[in-house]
Amino acid sequence: MDIGFIVVQSLSGLASASALFIIASGLTLVFGVTRIVNFAHGSFYMLGAYIAVTVVPWLLEIDRSPTLFFVGVLISAIAVGVLGVLMELLLLRRLYKVPELFQLLATFGVVLMVQDAVLKIWGPVDIPGPRAPGLRHGVEILGQRFPAYELFLIVIGPAVLGLLWLLMHRTRFGILIRAATRDREMVGALGVNQAMLFTGTLFLGAALAGLGGALQIPRVSASSQMDLSIITEAFVVTVIGGMGSVPGAFLAAVLIGQLQAFGVLVFPKITLVLVFLLMAVVLVVKPWGLLGRPEAAAGRAALPEGILSIRAFGVPERIIAGLAIAAMLAVPVFGDTYMVKVATEVLIFALAAFSLNFLVGNGGIVSFGHAAYFGLGAYAAGLLVTKGGLPMEPALVAAPIAGAAFAALFGFFVVRLSGIYLAMLTLAFAQIAYAVCFQWVEVTGGDNGVVGVWPSAWASSRHVYHYVVAICAILAIIALRRVVYAPFGATLRAARDSEQRADAIGIDVRTHRWLAFTLAGGAAGLAGGLYAFSKGSIDPTLLAIPLSVDFLAMILLGGIQTVMGAVAGAAAFHTIKDIFMPLTDFWRFLLGASIIALVLIFPRGLGGAFAALRGRA
Amino acid sequence: MAGISFTRRAALATAGTGIASAALIRARGAQAQGAPVKVGELNSYSRMAAFSVPYRNAIQLAVDGINRAGGVMGGRPLEFVFRDDGSTPGDAVRVAEDLLTREGCAFLAGTFLSNVGLAVADLANQRRRLFLATEPLTDALTMAQGNRYTFRLRPSTYMQTRMLTEAARGRTTRRWAIVAPNYEYGQSAAANFKRLITASIPGAEIVAEQYPALGRVDAGATVGALAQARPDGIFNVLFGPDLTAFVREGNTRGLFERRFVLSLLTGEPEYMIPLGDETPEGWIVTGYPWEQITDGPHKAFIDAYRARFNDTPRKGSLLGYVTAQVVANLLNKANSIDSEVLVDAFKDLRTDTVVGNVTMRGIDQQGTMGTWVGETVLRGRNGAMRNVRYADGADFMFPEAEVRAARRS
Repeated sequence: MDIGFIVVQSLSGLASASALFIIASGLTLVFGVTRIVNFAHGSFYMLGAYIAVTVVPWLLEIDRSPTLFFVGVLISAIAVGVLGVLMELLLLRRLYKVPELFQLLATFGVVLMVQDAVLKIWGPVDIPGPRAPGLRHGVEILGQRFPAYELFLIVIGPAVLGLLWLLMHRTRFGILIRAATRDREMVGALGVNQAMLFTGTLFLGAALAGLGGALQIPRVSASSQMDLSIITEAFVVTVIGGMGSVPGAFLAAVLIGQLQAFGVLVFPKITLVLVFLLMAVVLVVKPWGLLGRPEAAAGRAALPEGILSIRAFGVPERIIAGLAIAAMLAVPVFGDTYMVKVATEVLIFALAAFSLNFLVGNGGIVSFGHAAYFGLGAYAAGLLVTKGGLPMEPALVAAPIAGAAFAALFGFFVVRLSGIYLAMLTLAFAQIAYAVCFQWVEVTGGDNGVVGVWPSAWASSRHVYHYVVAICAILAIIALRRVVYAPFGATLRAARDSEQRADAIGIDVRTHRWLAFTLAGGAAGLAGGLYAFSKGSIDPTLLAIPLSVDFLAMILLGGIQTVMGAVAGAAAFHTIKDIFMPLTDFWRFLLGASIIALVLIFPRGLGGAFAALRGRA
Repeated sequence: MAGISFTRRAALATAGTGIASAALIRARGAQAQGAPVKVGELNSYSRMAAFSVPYRNAIQLAVDGINRAGGVMGGRPLEFVFRDDGSTPGDAVRVAEDLLTREGCAFLAGTFLSNVGLAVADLANQRRRLFLATEPLTDALTMAQGNRYTFRLRPSTYMQTRMLTEAARGRTTRRWAIVAPNYEYGQSAAANFKRLITASIPGAEIVAEQYPALGRVDAGATVGALAQARPDGIFNVLFGPDLTAFVREGNTRGLFERRFVLSLLTGEPEYMIPLGDETPEGWIVTGYPWEQITDGPHKAFIDAYRARFNDTPRKGSLLGYVTAQVVANLLNKANSIDSEVLVDAFKDLRTDTVVGNVTMRGIDQQGTMGTWVGETVLRGRNGAMRNVRYADGADFMFPEAEVRAARRS
């Protein structure tokens, strides 16, 4: 390798790092101040690119000057910033009083709606943006040609960092942002107008995402899938850097850019998993990211989010639960075959969602990667049947064991962290598991997966298999529910509400959390095994982020404060999706809109609404 | 009253009520009023709209024409029920069940992604229902994981790769670099290329390989890594947004200068339109140069499509139209919606389509629909193809011995 190549490859890495940093800086600012895990940040990035490919060519018609190009980029950034303000005013402002996690669900609804809105407005064909006038050419560096525009990007990243530093240290707004990042309650107590602060931060964050998108148009075409491709990477950068830390995000972006640029030389397939490997390593070594700080509020006894009071079933609950179980068992008798199919899936997702809420609602362990254990259970069952030649029954026993085993392995590291860092580490492990299933073609069939995972002959009819699923899922849910009510469940809640106090009375918090994580992984694994046999195939989408997000959406829709809410949420989510999907190509828009509507109408989820109703009565 | 008296007369003539009702159906069919024959079509209408919406439009266009001309199976109207497959195998299998059970479709067609296509194919095998995969390119669908009930229309990854490597015959390009998206399509195209290129160019070697994640190409790093290996030729499998990013970066850095490039799918309007004035010249690509079709039924289809949808046809449009033609011919030939009859009729079925004869080869149930191979050229501000020829799929199928070895059924 000659020196010229190394320099140019490193410059390529810096250019990518700059672009990534601009987007991630907005995300980290928004999270620092509002504590919102803003899934819609990727949508803002995409909107920035789409607005830019519309506005910039129009401006260049007037005069092909570099100035007008950058005017267009800035206009796009500001327009996206205004959209961010709109989202804050119309949606998030109504949700600051409810559990923080709930806002995640609202932003997820926004993601779905923006995806389809973009398709509707700009059409499905990718739109290439114009090249920047004056920066089209390549520059000769040590005998290698390097794009001038990327040199410009390398400059703009540190420039944004510098401007943000000035803003944070020289203006009152910036000082308030820093203060709120350190301790939001304290800022509120001192009489700062939080509404204005939040609106301003959302504007800044969204505008940075829009700027990141608009600056990309000379390099990539605007397409309707760019939101999801950037959002996980942006999250990873902010977490590696330390949530809320702008310099940390810069450092992380540079690190990722360089690793990427040189990593592909050694491992050409590394881009799939590299950032998640790095995140896992960083979080295991430095639990708060490179430049992050422990949350000031971490030691404070805050009002916990999740299951608070566990009342035993009263008469109405008993009737409802009895009716629900009876209805599920009666579906094969009264419903058509398709209804049986949907009911089977509802049961499976109910179990998966219940196991996730066992972690989130009861244990305060927010997992962004719960699909991993679902998927690994499915893979264990599927591979045993297709490669191992075993029948369905032992495979279904192996599924929860595999889910639990991997949950125990990953959980060992996961439970050492807390809050958003814990959530992101679960995501990292899930992505690593996904990458292994994706890449290990000889065993897992790669992304094509493995087909031929069908039930044993006696259970092959949809009706019989429905009963198999119903018995497994309902028994597993009942068993998990007992654990919630048992001393073990109470111990987990104690650890969730105050780790220090739980520790002081002699509870081994980590071990309890680790066991809970393993148990939930096992239950998810069983659900995954059941799912594999209902579909006949396994493939990496069963471990992928979208399914993890679906599970989160289910428990949030159901309400994380109630024990049974997750089941209602799974049923509601799956039914809504099933109703809208056949209706229109724009079903994601309707799904997103229904999620947002449900969030606004039932800000504590369906289960929470029911509990409130009971509380009044 | 007229209908009843007709029935009675028919019943008398044939002396049997069972046959009478069959006669009734046939008599109604002659007036094109019988119950429609439904085909369940599932595809990624939401996520892959650039391909699938033109595809659906063309199917609709073809079906309307078929029904105006008297429908299928002796006069019954043909109907496609379109559904989004959710772009995941899990959703697709549920939707497929919906189409088969609730919608009462005779059989399934469609799908875009390979993993979705394979999952639906396996469901078809399990439920013993016919499935015509239209777009998925994976070789596994008709080879290692092929089954009795699954047929595929489009030329597979192997076939299209072979069209390109044979177009490179006679060249002296020895040192090759491969860039492909990191998923099954990219991996198997690369594997096929490694296998086939030495047949066209003896002594060819692979000096660099890059597999960026689909939709997330880091173009600068990828182009740098390829250029560093100093290849004489590049085999490209990237498409969509990845391709645009890669081409722009490669143009600026001079990656394609004095290098011979073979590129899959790049000539298809779906992927060429976004390249615009950045379309590199002289690449040998597979594609669809619809503007160079000047006569025959194909031209009539293009004109009808443009008139009805006020848009130029895409590769998806052509595939949709041919799909409807093949399906109509199948139903006419089988004259039944029984799965086993349909499958048997589909084997070695010849259909005269707008691209000429398409046969579903019996041994691997792969269609002989071909595609166009040509050289990219910049015309004004848009890419186009020149020196184009239609490569008939029949000439590029897997050798029969390989099929027998790969297929278990």
